[in-house]
Amino acid sequence: MTKNTLMLSVAAATLALGACSKKPPEQLPPTPVETGTSEAPAPTDTLAGPGTQDHFTTAVGAPNTIVYFDTDKYDIDSEDAAKLQTQARYFAQYSNVNFTIEGHADERGTREYNLALGERRANAAKNYLVSLGIPESRIRTVSYGKERPVALDSTEAAWAENRRAATVVIG
Amino acid sequence: MKKLLFASLALIASPLGAQGQNPNQDLGERLPQDGAVVETDEGEGLSGSVSFEGRLEDLGIAIPAFATDRDAPTPASSAGTSALGLEMARIINNDLKNNGLFKPTGPDALPKPAYAEITAPSYPTWQSRGAEMLVQGYVRAQGDGRLAVGCYLYDTQLGTQLARQGWMVSPSEWRRAAHKCADLVYSRLSGESPFFDSRIAYIAETGPKNARIKRLAIMDSDGANHRFITSGRSTALTPRYSPDYKKLSYLSYVDGNPRIYVYDIGRGTQTLVTQSRNPTFAPRWSPDGRYLLYSMAVAGNTDIYRVPATGGESVRLTNGAGIDIGGSYSPDGRQIVFESDRSGGQQCYVMNADGSNQRRISFAGGRCATPEWSPRGDQIAFTNASTFRISVMSPGGQNVRVLTNGWQDEAPTWAPNGRIIQFFRSARGTRGEAQLWQVDLTGRNERRLNTPVGASDPAWGPILP
Repeated sequence: MTKNTLMLSVAAATLALGACSKKPPEQLPPTPVETGTSEAPAPTDTLAGPGTQDHFTTAVGAPNTIVYFDTDKYDIDSEDAAKLQTQARYFAQYSNVNFTIEGHADERGTREYNLALGERRANAAKNYLVSLGIPESRIRTVSYGKERPVALDSTEAAWAENRRAATVVIG
Repeated sequence: MKKLLFASLALIASPLGAQGQNPNQDLGERLPQDGAVVETDEGEGLSGSVSFEGRLEDLGIAIPAFATDRDAPTPASSAGTSALGLEMARIINNDLKNNGLFKPTGPDALPKPAYAEITAPSYPTWQSRGAEMLVQGYVRAQGDGRLAVGCYLYDTQLGTQLARQGWMVSPSEWRRAAHKCADLVYSRLSGESPFFDSRIAYIAETGPKNARIKRLAIMDSDGANHRFITSGRSTALTPRYSPDYKKLSYLSYVDGNPRIYVYDIGRGTQTLVTQSRNPTFAPRWSPDGRYLLYSMAVAGNTDIYRVPATGGESVRLTNGAGIDIGGSYSPDGRQIVFESDRSGGQQCYVMNADGSNQRRISFAGGRCATPEWSPRGDQIAFTNASTFRISVMSPGGQNVRVLTNGWQDEAPTWAPNGRIIQFFRSARGTRGEAQLWQVDLTGRNERRLNTPVGASDPAWGPILP
């Protein structure tokens, strides 16, 4: 992709802030919107050091490691942006930590389209982090399509939980 | 349309993308080489007209055990050629019965004709059993270890021979002679092209929904000769046989990323479809086997590319915002039907084989996904991705007909003669097992295929060469 199209897609993702009201999975606790902190909070568990998934999850809070999407959508809304900003603060602080963004889709889509959709979602999250100053070279994306659901029911709530981009530290 | 060089693609890719693992590490044992099926001089045998004029399913067809000149040992059956002849008639009976068109009577309910009767049937005997049609044949062990198989179709009312054919097969290929006989009978009585002598590649599924093991597997059209190609260490998806059955292209996560590989069945090794670190999906062969289509995501945007099957430079066929994925050639190789969400949701589009003249064909309502052009050219099968029903339409997008009614039916694949469609059906709920099903174009004859474990992503190859 050229620099121009990259900038365009970042701009598109940024413009989409708040444009879409989204139903987060009901079983998840409400996400705290972090404002005013310039650094990620220090993890309480000192056994897991930087560069581990435990350290990252503890530092940013588990709900902030995953962003969710509407059916067939891949835009980063205000809630996703807040989560990714929290992630960006962590990765800015721990600048030698590389990570993978895993894109996923729900089961109510055809297999190949869902693979492409998962890739698009992972890249939307990646592009937002890059727009916040995280070097592209530190971010790997991978799509699992509908192959790795976390919620196993065939319900709207389960599907909402599965339409996600999860950030995973490369240990 | 842009030409892309491997070098430039490699530059785009993330340096973290590939894990550098051996692309062959998930492969099982190399398969034995196929032997040839040689047609022998039984002659064309297309003589006489069929006396029966009713519905094919009302036609009385008797398929007694194939005879043998002398019961000889053969590697194809430890019980000898006589037992093999019984088994062949069972295969032909199951082929004709399981596809819904015929209601034949198989060898286990019939007397066994003597070897000399194969070319001179006792018509009154079969008439008295209500058989308007008689399928019989022989199996002979040859001195060189091969098997000679003859197949004869008689009209017992008219007392005439309608068709005959013979084949010389290696013992490991004996089932193919039975399928060829079923194809001869099917074609002669229905007027349709044959399809039984063909194979299916698919994905075998085991384990829970959130940790499913998916293995590339192959089997004959009747489920026999089932073999796993991959070990299950890595997820395998969406296989396609090359038209000559020498290769399988499919998606594997063997290096940690979704990539299309081309597996050489004879050599037991595989290579990447393109030397790019970008994810590649949805492999498709051209009808002449000279080209492969694949879809590749670059920075999240997926487009369709074409590459020579022997390797070389990729040509990008779609270009623009939106997911363009899949692709299925018309039988003449001049057009490609594919899926795109450029208009918002998934819809089906047709383009010329060089990527020009892209136009949407699906306007009937609902999302149009996984389009597959019929080998006859007259229909396009697709998944309605709003209702998850398998449907067909004309190549222009008209005359949409819904063929299935499962909770989630997906991924149609055509029988070699374009009369039957296989697909996979997923169950609703936390277990969510997938199974292979097939339906004919009337929508009436639907049945589940027997597979050893769960199954998805069927891909029906052409008639075996």
